[in-house]
Parts: sequence; structure tokens; C-alpha cells
Amino acid sequence: MLKINNLHASVEDKAILKGINLEVKAGEVHAIMGPNGSGKSTLSSVIAGKEEYEVTDGEIFFDEENIEELSAEERAHKGIFLSFQYPVEIPGVSVTNFIKTAINETRKAKGLPDMPANEMLKLIREKSELLEIDRKFLSRSLNQGFSGGEKKRNEIFQMAMLEPKLAILDETDSGLDIDALRIVASGVNKLKSKDNAVVLITHYQRLLDYIVPDFVHVLYNGRIVKSGGKELAHELEEKGYDWIKEEVNA
Amino acid sequence: MNKYTEDDLREELKTKEYEYGFYTDIESDTFPIGLNEDIVKAISLKKEEPVWMTEWRLEAFRAWKEMEEPDWANVNYAKPDFQAIAYYSAPKSVDPNKTLDDVDPDLLAMYKKLGISVDEQKKMNNVAMDIVVDSVSVATTFKKTLSEKGIIFMSISEAIKEHPELVKKYLGTIVPQKDNYYAALNSAVFSDGSFCYIPKGVRCPMELSTYFRINQGGTGQFERTLLVADAGSYVSYLEGCTAPSRDENQLHAAVVELIAMDDAEIKYSTVQNWYPGNAEGKGGVYNFVTKRGLCEKNAKISWTQVETGSAVTWKYPSCILKGDNSVGEFYSIAVTNNFQQADTGTKMIHLGKNTKSTIISKGISAGKSQNSYRGLVQIGSRAENARNFSQCDSLLMGNECGAHTFPYIEAKNKTAQIEHEATTSKIGEDQIFYCNQRGIDTEKAIALIVNGFSKDVLNKLPMEFAVEAQKLLEISLEGSVG
Repeated sequence: MLKINNLHASVEDKAILKGINLEVKAGEVHAIMGPNGSGKSTLSSVIAGKEEYEVTDGEIFFDEENIEELSAEERAHKGIFLSFQYPVEIPGVSVTNFIKTAINETRKAKGLPDMPANEMLKLIREKSELLEIDRKFLSRSLNQGFSGGEKKRNEIFQMAMLEPKLAILDETDSGLDIDALRIVASGVNKLKSKDNAVVLITHYQRLLDYIVPDFVHVLYNGRIVKSGGKELAHELEEKGYDWIKEEVNA
Repeated sequence: MNKYTEDDLREELKTKEYEYGFYTDIESDTFPIGLNEDIVKAISLKKEEPVWMTEWRLEAFRAWKEMEEPDWANVNYAKPDFQAIAYYSAPKSVDPNKTLDDVDPDLLAMYKKLGISVDEQKKMNNVAMDIVVDSVSVATTFKKTLSEKGIIFMSISEAIKEHPELVKKYLGTIVPQKDNYYAALNSAVFSDGSFCYIPKGVRCPMELSTYFRINQGGTGQFERTLLVADAGSYVSYLEGCTAPSRDENQLHAAVVELIAMDDAEIKYSTVQNWYPGNAEGKGGVYNFVTKRGLCEKNAKISWTQVETGSAVTWKYPSCILKGDNSVGEFYSIAVTNNFQQADTGTKMIHLGKNTKSTIISKGISAGKSQNSYRGLVQIGSRAENARNFSQCDSLLMGNECGAHTFPYIEAKNKTAQIEHEATTSKIGEDQIFYCNQRGIDTEKAIALIVNGFSKDVLNKLPMEFAVEAQKLLEISLEGSVG
């Protein structure tokens, strides 16, 4: 589904990604871990198509298509979803209104008519129940005055509504208390299928107790320096990142 | 509000340029350019006005000659040459005795282009409309339905003839002839406008509406609106404006006077979409308008405006809260793009006890435009327990535009409670990227963000107008973020 070859990317002429190779297949869950500043968030932004990041070398294929020339919204239309580490506020635009716009714009890009209102309502009801979201929450301005947990839950709600093929969850666990973490994780687990894939970007192992990855990769200094199964995450939790750094620098 | 926000909008947006920039070739009766006492008399004569009206105009003209054009507003423009403007232009085929059905087919075609064909008007629910093209009121619909309730709604020229006692009693009582430079000019040369009187205790059953359009080149438009809501009555009034795209700057200097007697309520909504000039700042309408209302006891006046057009806007719809417990409201969205300049706001003059005012102003600046809010909250010495709440929010798009806030507060009574909140924000790349990532392209994202920002004010508009206003916001800001 996602294939990244020798990806180099920089922002404002500063090289951040220095040759990433990664392949994610349908039905898989990958975790990308690494110390602060290793390039985790940059990787997710580059996959999503943020303009400030310049790809200087390498390729990203999504469903066998090179997506380098595609805009962020075109990538979204193809089924790439990014759950933001810091979701932005849009005052005066309700959660419902926002997701409705996102869905209908995506449908429009595919040549489909707007989703009928009753269908939309049904879908919203279904997905908000899945994520234990209060109906009142849906009429609030997007992310405005939301707690950390509400913001992240809202991201996963949008993911549930948009049903992407590839979901990249950037530090979804940060700022969550244990209850919120459990709800978010169970939401992701319920949405998982053999046809979609999840990439978890996280600093800590704790999220991986709830969403169990098939593969764990360690990102350090712009490269994936180690890959393994879920036990790698436990090892990192126990020993920290220093031994990785030592290994790399040796 | 959410119902139509996104769904129908894009579909309706067929034209990207200023949609109303066409010129209709109607034979018109236009005065020679220039302004002097003879021209003022000629206007009055043309309109078959009584002597008192002619004198009233001349008095204003003499005062105007002694006045100087104000320059305190935060706008820069080449001062109009008042001797280079024609002060009267009327579509020739208008005969006041004709009914709607006899109106020039070219004119009707023009209304159709504007989306306000009179035929359509009749079908539209509950909107009675007076249409002013250039200087003359062309058609007033629903006159009969209204007259059954005793409501008078007609062009001001007709009112001067048919209801001189009412016009004479109220004209210039809220905005005196010498109030300011443009008001004086308007008083001297106003050519038409609307007059409305709602009798005691009557709730006007439909929205009243005036549609202004400048058609002829080289002319100014000086309309005058006088609206009197007698004790315990209610009226909601809508005003819309367009003009053809021209290289020259056209002058629009209007005066609106509202009188809300005891327990009366007036809602006055404007969607101003005069031609803003092109992307290089050439042409566009100078919109210098004086709007003011008086509230007697327990009365309420609510101004709502969506200002997207004009090259230069100078406009402060105000409320004089004379009666105890009276309420004044001002809700405004002002959008400036390219080289547009707007200096707009309100004055809330609290004179009576327990008077209350609310100001919500949303300024959106894009391109190289300058957008200023200027507002005065004045609490008189006898205005016990007066309260004001003001909120002024500015939204910036890009790095070359400006947003300015000039709040003035003068309180002469210690019991006054005045609150002022102001915010300035910028549409950020992060917001746009967030929307993009959800499949929403940049233009749609901006429309979404701007509509969200303006929602508090859009919600105050009557439904039909709110849809149009949202469309206008979207059109006005197209291409404003690269």
C-alpha cells in the first residue's frame, strides 16, 4: 500500500530525513518510534504532502502510484489520513460542519454527489457512538477549547468518518490520560481491517499496549536504524534510546 | 445556518469576477455635470417638489459649500471632483404612472441579471422591494398588501408628494442637513431613496427591501432613506447595492435615518457590494454613507451590515439611545481585498437610563487592503446603568494587508458598564494544511474559515440575505491566498 524508497526531505534547506525505506501492506500496523528530533513528525508531514517540506531524493508510492506531484488534498482523496499531533482550531466551524465538508469534498473529487443528509446523520451517529462521543461535542467549534483528549478523540472520529486506507497517527497518545487513551485505542482497533493500514508514530511504548503493532521501526537522525516485532518496543521502553544511538554511532 | 453553508454554495458560484459588473444600455436622462444652486433647483423641479423641499435642499447646499471634506478616516484616495459628477440620472423610460407590467424590458432584463427580477420578486416570500437605479425609484412591489396594514412604503420622491406632512416632520431630524460633509451634499442633491412608515402597533408582515444600483457612468448616487416605526411597531428592512465595473471612481453618498418610537423595533440589514475596483486598485465606488437611528423608550434598533464592495468605505451606522431601556445593536462584517479600504464602525450614544448596546464587528482583510474598525461608545451623564459590550475581531490573510481598531469610549456616568474585547488572527498555513489533509482544497478551506469567523454576524441576517452574503464573502476573497 505504502512504499517509501530512500526518502530524503528537508525543511528550509535543513536535511531532516536522510534515506527512509519503509513498506506498509494492507492489514498491517506499523509503529515508528524514536527520540525527539529524529524526524518522526517530518515523515508523517511529508507523506501527507505538507508543502513546506521538500523531497530532495527518493520516492513515495501509494497503491503503486508515485504521489510526489500530488497536493495534500489529492493524497487525502486517495485515502491517506493524518491524525495530527496538534490539531488546529477553526473557530465558528462545528465538528459536524467540518467533517461534512471533508466528506463531500472527497466525494466530489471522486465524481460522486454530496452524501444525502440522512445518510450523513446516520454515519455521524454510528461513528460517534463507536468513539463514545457526546452529541453536544459535535456542535462545538472545531478543536476550540477542547481538552487534549477531546482533540485526539476528534481526530479519530474524523478518521472513522473518512475511512482512509492508510491512517498515520502522529503522537496520538501525547496529552491523553489513561481513560482517553483506552477509548482512542479501542476506536482505532475497531476501525482496523485487512484492507487498511495504520502507522503509529510515538515516543512512548504505552500506546502499543493498546494498539499492538506488527512491526516496530526505530527512527534516529533521519533514518530507520532498527526494525523488529512488537518486542522491540518493550526493549526500548526498558533500555531507552541510548543503546540505539550507541549502536548507530559505533 | 449550517444547512446551506457548504452544500449549495459552490454550485451557485458560476462567475468568479465581480458578478454585477455589467452595464445596461438604457436611454437615460442625465443632467450636465457640475454642482451649483441651479442644479439643486433643477433636481427639485424635476421631481416636482414643493417649495419647502427646494428650500431645504438649498439650505443644505449652502452649508455644504462652506464645509470641508473630512480626512480623519484611515483611508487614502484622490478626493472626488464634485464638479465633474452628474447629479441626476434617470432611466428615460420610467414613467411614474406606469405599473410594474409596463416597465422597460431592458430594465427588467437588468433586474434579472441582478437576480431580483420583479416577477421573481412577486413569487419570493414576503419581500417587498423598492428598486433604485441611478437616481430614480423604478418599482415598488407589494404596495397594496402593505397599504392594507396602513404601512407606507414608497420612493421618497413619491412620499414628498403624497405624504408631505410625514416627510417634513421627520426628514433631517436624525441626520441634520449640516451633520457632515457628505450628509450635507446628500441633503442638497439626493434624487431618490425609500420612505417607510409603520403605523402604531403594526408588525410589518414581510421584509421590506430596497435595491440600489448605479448604472450610468459619470454619475453619483445620493439616495435618502427615511424609516419611521411608530409606537409598538416592528419592521425588518433589507438593503442591497451593486454597480457596474468602471475605471472611474463613482461616488455614492447616502443618508439613512431611522426613527423607532416607544416600544418599536427596527432591524436594518445591508449587503453592500458596490464595485470594489479591479485587482490593481483602479476604479470602484466611493461609499460615503451616514446612517443613524433614534430609539425612544424601550425601542430597539439593530444594524446588520455585510460590506464586501466599494473601493473606499466610510460608514458608521449609529444609534442614539434616547429613551430609557432602549437597545442598540451593530453587527458588521467588512471584507477588504486587493486595494480596498474600509473605515467603518458605529456610534452608540447612550442618553436614557438602562440603555444597552452591543457591537460585534468582524473585519477580514486580504491582498493589500486596509480595514479599520472605528467605534464610539458614549455614555451621557443621565444614562444610569447603561451597558455596552463590544467585540472587534480581525482576520488577516497574507502579509500585505492591514487591520486597525479605533475604539473610543466616553463615559460620563459612573454606573456605566462597558466591555470591549478585540482579537486579531491570521489564517495560518497550519489551518489550511489541516483542511487540505482532510480533502478540502485551499479555496474551500478559506471559505470555511471565513464563514466560521463571520458566523455570529451572518446569523443575524434574514435567511435570504445570509445565503447571498456568504456567497459574496467567498467571491470577494477568491484568489486572496496564494
